[in-house]
Amino acid sequence: MEATSETLDRTLFERVGKDRDKMESIERPNLTYWKDAWRRLKANKIATIALCVVGLYVVMSVVGPYMTSYAYTATDAKATDALPSAEHWFGTDMLGRDLWSRVWMGARTSLMIGFVATLLNTIVGGIVGGVAGYYGGKLDMVLMRIVDVLYGIPYIIVAILMMVVMSPGIGSLIIAMVITRWIGMARFVRGEVLRIKENDYVAAARVLGASDATILIRHIAPNLMGLIITNTMMAIPNAIFTEAFLSFIGLGIQPPECSWGLLAREGSQTLSIYPLKLFFPAFFISTTMLALNLLGDGLRDALDPRLRGE
Amino acid sequence: MGRYIAKRIVISLATLFVLVTVVFALVRLMPGDPFSSEKITPQIRQNLERYYGFDKPILQQYVIYIGQLAKGDLGYSMKYANATVNDIIAKAFPYSADLGLRALAIAVSVGLTLGIVSALNRKKPIDAVCVVVAMIGTSIPDFIMGYVLQYFFGIRWGLLPIAQYKGFAYTVLPSIGLGFYTLALVSRLMRSSMLEVVQQDYIKTAMAKGASRFRIVWKHMIRNAILPIVTILGPITASVLTGTFVIESIFAIPGMGKFYVTSVQSLDYTLVLGMTVFFGAFLVSANFIVDILYGIIDPRIRVSRR
Repeated sequence: MEATSETLDRTLFERVGKDRDKMESIERPNLTYWKDAWRRLKANKIATIALCVVGLYVVMSVVGPYMTSYAYTATDAKATDALPSAEHWFGTDMLGRDLWSRVWMGARTSLMIGFVATLLNTIVGGIVGGVAGYYGGKLDMVLMRIVDVLYGIPYIIVAILMMVVMSPGIGSLIIAMVITRWIGMARFVRGEVLRIKENDYVAAARVLGASDATILIRHIAPNLMGLIITNTMMAIPNAIFTEAFLSFIGLGIQPPECSWGLLAREGSQTLSIYPLKLFFPAFFISTTMLALNLLGDGLRDALDPRLRGE
Repeated sequence: MGRYIAKRIVISLATLFVLVTVVFALVRLMPGDPFSSEKITPQIRQNLERYYGFDKPILQQYVIYIGQLAKGDLGYSMKYANATVNDIIAKAFPYSADLGLRALAIAVSVGLTLGIVSALNRKKPIDAVCVVVAMIGTSIPDFIMGYVLQYFFGIRWGLLPIAQYKGFAYTVLPSIGLGFYTLALVSRLMRSSMLEVVQQDYIKTAMAKGASRFRIVWKHMIRNAILPIVTILGPITASVLTGTFVIESIFAIPGMGKFYVTSVQSLDYTLVLGMTVFFGAFLVSANFIVDILYGIIDPRIRVSRR
């Protein structure tokens, strides 16, 4: 206790006074919701690493196949089932196709299906759920009864049958997934819109004469965005898994095209002799799902306003 | 409660009806037909089509099918000679049910334990281990898990049989492979649910009243924290069920999933339809039971849903 009032010299202090111009200014830099979320996501080490892994895979799915001179469909009868070497970095499959380029072409397919199908689900589900929740009444009742009925249908069975009806490929995989999976998002968005539209600021906007479209887009959507992004993020691993599952049972992507699920299927046929052929696709599917799950957790924490300032 | 149950029954029946109709349409839209792979003369084909009723207009076929369905008759398979769909299901379902129940039992018991232990030891090493296990478990698709188990325990170390289903040793790998994802899911959910409950006021009250730790954990925490788990039992059953599709083909188990995939590929109309209806009815009733169960367990729901 040395610095008592007696030892403190007056000269240590400086008179600040009042400055009428500065009094009202905000000294801290303006931090929007999104900037703040981004800052908190970056502070989360695990989520940052996950984001880097996902980013790396996305970049590699674009450039990876061109890093080696072997095209992903080119067969080589002299080098079938080769182990990884300087020539073939991941080895080759039973037809002598280079697994490095196949794995990254597969990444392109799997990631694209995962992202596109989930995005479409969010859009369709978001619109249906948003409209049903906002307008309520008869429209809501009809839409929600339909959703209730469709929700109980095992989606994977319908997806399997749709894959047989349509010719297999990326497009039909996406269609099958969107038709069967938008319902979850619609239910979720409707619930949130029901909650948000009771808020005072929505009432205030209505009193001020804002149109329904303005209220939905300017007032409800931004408040819902964080939750929607989190939910979408969490749904991507599911979509990637569904693609892998359908390709794995032989109803998804067909050779010579490839996806991770198809590569896993091909690798599994010679598991006891060449386990590496299953290892590569399995490794990339699992690490992608892990990274996306961790990123989803990180986003959920970063976008949750209740955790702001922690 | 009565009105709620009635509403659920109506929705469940409507779901089943839509499912049957959609699947009936989808099956007929599939390119080719069950006889296109067989070498037969036009005369034989005509006879076969008459035998299975394909010569009638499609709407009439649909009405006939619904009529038979109402009596519980799923018709004859088109690929397995002289076998009714009911027979095939009766033979295959016990395998799938056995496998599924084992997987569910492992997933729920181990998953709950991990989640509870993890939450009670928050920020200790044991919590970190449980969280990592759960994170890995939810990231590995079940077909990869199946192959990993098969490769290491069966092929590499030769500890357990890798195919067929003839005794306890045979059931170990498939049920772990099938249940691991669900196990991880249950443990994650239970952990976060427990952590939420710990902060509730009634826990403070119980502590203030001097209740024993065992009583607080058992009576107050777990009983409340387990509620969200009950809600996901329906989706969990569905995911275990679809998991059997691949696990059964990996381990060569003659269950429903294996039959389903092959019947889709060979366009066995009646078998596809019959099995889908069976799967659908099974899932719809599972969801129905879970909904009702939830209403019984949590009195708050009963009031608010009425």
